[in-house]
Amino acid sequence: MGSYFSEETVNKSEELTKKWEDEVAHATVQSPDQKPRWSTVSDLEIKRLYTPEDIKEMDFARDIGAPGEFPYLRGNQPTGYRGRYWTFRMFSGMGSAADTNARWHMLLREGQTGLSTAFDFPTLMGYDTDSPNSRGECGRCGVAIDTLDDFLTLVDKIPLDKVTTSMTINPPASVLWAMYCAAADKKGVPLSRIGGTIQNDMLKEFIAQKTFMCPPEPSVRIISDTVEFGTKYVPKWNTISISGYHIREAGSTAVQELAFTLRDGIEYVEDVINRKGLDVDSFAPRLSFFFNSHIDFFEEICKMRAARRIWAHVMKERFHAKNPRSWWLRFHTQTAGCSLTAQQPYNNVVRTAIEALAGVLGGTQSLHTNSLDEVLALPSEHSVQIALRTQQIIAEETGVANTIDPLAGSWFIESLTNKMEEEAWKYIQKIDDMGGMIAAIDKGFPQLEIADAAYRFQQQIDHNEKVMVGVNKYVTSEEQPIPILQIDEKVEKEQLKRLAEVKRRRDSRAVSVDLANLKNACKSGDNVMPHCIQAVKDMATLQEICDVYREVFGEYRDPGLF
Amino acid sequence: MSNNTEDTEQIKKIKAGDVRTASRLIRNLEDELPEAKTTLKRIFLHTGKAHVVGITGSPGAGKSTLVDAMISAFRKKEKTVGVLAVDPTSPFTGGAILGDRIRMQRHAEDAGVFVRSLATRGALGGLSKAVGDAVHVLDVMGKDMILIETVGTGQQEVEIINHSHTVIVVLVPGMGDEIQAIKAGIMEIADIFVINKADRDGSNQLANELMSMLNMAPAFPGGWRPPVIKIGSCFEPQTFNQSVDELATAIADHYRCLEETGLLGDRMKRKAMVEIGEALRDAILTPVLREMTESGEMDAIAERILKRESDPYTIAEEVAGRYLK
Amino acid sequence: MAEKRIRIMVAKPGLDGHDRGARILARAFRDAGYEVIYTGCHQTPEQIASAAVQEDVDLVGLSCLSGAHGYLFPRVVELLKEKGADDITVIGGGIIPDQDFQKLYDAGIKEIFTPGATLDSILDWIKNNLKPRD
Repeated sequence: MGSYFSEETVNKSEELTKKWEDEVAHATVQSPDQKPRWSTVSDLEIKRLYTPEDIKEMDFARDIGAPGEFPYLRGNQPTGYRGRYWTFRMFSGMGSAADTNARWHMLLREGQTGLSTAFDFPTLMGYDTDSPNSRGECGRCGVAIDTLDDFLTLVDKIPLDKVTTSMTINPPASVLWAMYCAAADKKGVPLSRIGGTIQNDMLKEFIAQKTFMCPPEPSVRIISDTVEFGTKYVPKWNTISISGYHIREAGSTAVQELAFTLRDGIEYVEDVINRKGLDVDSFAPRLSFFFNSHIDFFEEICKMRAARRIWAHVMKERFHAKNPRSWWLRFHTQTAGCSLTAQQPYNNVVRTAIEALAGVLGGTQSLHTNSLDEVLALPSEHSVQIALRTQQIIAEETGVANTIDPLAGSWFIESLTNKMEEEAWKYIQKIDDMGGMIAAIDKGFPQLEIADAAYRFQQQIDHNEKVMVGVNKYVTSEEQPIPILQIDEKVEKEQLKRLAEVKRRRDSRAVSVDLANLKNACKSGDNVMPHCIQAVKDMATLQEICDVYREVFGEYRDPGLF
Repeated sequence: MSNNTEDTEQIKKIKAGDVRTASRLIRNLEDELPEAKTTLKRIFLHTGKAHVVGITGSPGAGKSTLVDAMISAFRKKEKTVGVLAVDPTSPFTGGAILGDRIRMQRHAEDAGVFVRSLATRGALGGLSKAVGDAVHVLDVMGKDMILIETVGTGQQEVEIINHSHTVIVVLVPGMGDEIQAIKAGIMEIADIFVINKADRDGSNQLANELMSMLNMAPAFPGGWRPPVIKIGSCFEPQTFNQSVDELATAIADHYRCLEETGLLGDRMKRKAMVEIGEALRDAILTPVLREMTESGEMDAIAERILKRESDPYTIAEEVAGRYLK
Repeated sequence: MAEKRIRIMVAKPGLDGHDRGARILARAFRDAGYEVIYTGCHQTPEQIASAAVQEDVDLVGLSCLSGAHGYLFPRVVELLKEKGADDITVIGGGIIPDQDFQKLYDAGIKEIFTPGATLDSILDWIKNNLKPRD
């Protein structure tokens, strides 16, 4: 303990700090600080100065160590970004499957290295375009997928054995993944060679994003089915992307994002072990994470570093994983949509660049940079290109990727990393005491913590205690409208036609049999995945499959707690 | 007398079940607009047909979800349903978030269901002052069942008995509810006990405790021994709905028991007496207080009491003597 | 005491569940002294219009971040009219491009708020534009 600095250094530091404090006291009488309290965007108080004393209790080998070594504070890879940069992965999807396919080909041409799919809301919620619930939504904020027919158009001329694809899909993740598997099959690519990610993280939906279908318990069960299926047959697939992004967008603090996300991860690992009897090391290396990179630069970097160290301890000590790959926390990062403003939208380019830089300094494996117009609509092609170029500039011009974890050893950075870790453990403990995350969700605990934080932040903005440029400071009266991507009204009509055509063409009897088999699997506890794959191959629609889930497991409704 | 005049357009519409007119009348009653009171007088004679059920229990006991399921159960029996869901008013701002309706929104488009949220607006006892008036309006609309969901502070919610024919007390295992409820006198008012979320640990123990408490009770008026109904997780739709059907049957049985034993008359009479009491308070006390406040007399009296020149009791007798001749 | 209190409904039409803004507004309205009815996420325009009439609110605030506002917002106004409740004021907010404003105004949406709108600006609008019922 306390081996980080020599006693002499600590003593000297204490002495100098005292002297400095006196000077500050003197100076602030002459010219007072601009505000009484300085804090992060999450309202975590930050001191004026950090010194060796702040981290004197640290043990270098135990708490910091080397990259590629436990506890992975400095990154999973011993080589850092020199072997390869993070994956430039732009989230995209709009209109019809053909529209999105065209955008994907454009992005690959421009140097993007991985695909990422945004679906429209009917798809995200498990409804077909012809459902009354879907009116007006088709293709609006992502691509509309009803059947495998659409999916084949989506991945047309995309080499599924070479490009990895991430799909942001939750309640119907098993169905979309089944479509991907079926598409690979049709293209002659074996399941063992496809790679990608399904988000498939329902807990954060109940907590934050509210895209839900069935209640928490069966939702987690279906997720465990996908983990089991992936472990056995699709070994290069990340079957859950345990997401803090949406928790943060819902207004949480950075610590809440960190804690709730990792506690969600614990819940999934426990369920797979208990329900499926799988060895932790057989599936844990395929778990991935997804964090938000918000505007508070250092807080974000520390959050990501702390996340790696906490998860390493969780996997090693709580779950007794032995494979070092199980100890790794690999994560995707997206810059914070909620930090962008509709006012003076070009400022968003700057915000996104700073946030992306934080993600890189935090050691992300993959990155999406938001486009400047995302606060107004789906991004235009031009604005997406700027966002992608932002990543390329960070990677290849700024030099920040030259060396690994360059901020390590900073008294402030290490101290803030420790502080966030400590606070996160408190939350994790609290949720353990409640009986786990599902129990905590049932009580409304994480939901209300986030709602309180969100309201607090909004009030700070309203009272000018926090600044958003263009919103509550440096406001300009006249704004130039920027060009916006419009989704053609025709998309919905054409999609309806397409769906009707597929339904007419298919063998309905085969579909009925498939759905009956799926229903039995839902009831008996058999893995749903093989039945989903068969059903989509026979052109069962997304909603038909989801309706089976709804019928067997019931529907979850927004409890709307305040 | 207002009772004999012909129905106004407004009353005709309410009798025909017009939602817009009825909801506006409830609102005007809540806001204590004088013309609303006039209408209330006119419609009162058309009331007394609905079966009014009160639902009380702690926050988090799952009352709203239960009410939502009860609506479905009654609709299956082709009964029309009115719901009054009460949520607390913030004592600091006077505002309120009325969130119970969220769990019942799937019935929003069913013309046989009317859900109205009420804020307590400072009333104690877990209800809103307007709840009695609103029950009358729903009754005139022709709702067969009227469900009142109390705030659920877990304390002093006995007021519900003054408005209901049947009172359901909802308890949840492991929340220490029963102790709270006994302290607050809730147990004595229950006609039916529901152990909600009965899939949780401790539900058998809770049921046993309730049973032994009931065994010790001296007597059950009309021979109605409150049943204890266990309702499991709402995430197990099949068993959940079965239990709620059982609850709906118990509610109907209770009403029949009240009718057959003549206890219904007693309850209605008690309700009438409470209503008279409230109306008298409004008619006598409120204007007296207003007059005394506006004339400045109240202030002067308070000063005298403060200086110990007099006491509240003597003054009350003086004022009463003055107004009541 | 007789007083015409203002009741506000905060509703999320459509399938998106991004309720951060809606929930913050519900709290802000409560703290400003209004009675707020919150419908929760994933509501159809039909459910919202029915609830607004049953609750007899003065104002319906719609929040939609999925881009489907072009259908959903006007549909709520239309349904309120069908129910004889066109005196209920409807406002909206969310990810809504400038280009869509006029169409929404024409459809009867009285005001639009986009990301970055302060609570004060919304509360001020209500104070200045919402009159107690007749």
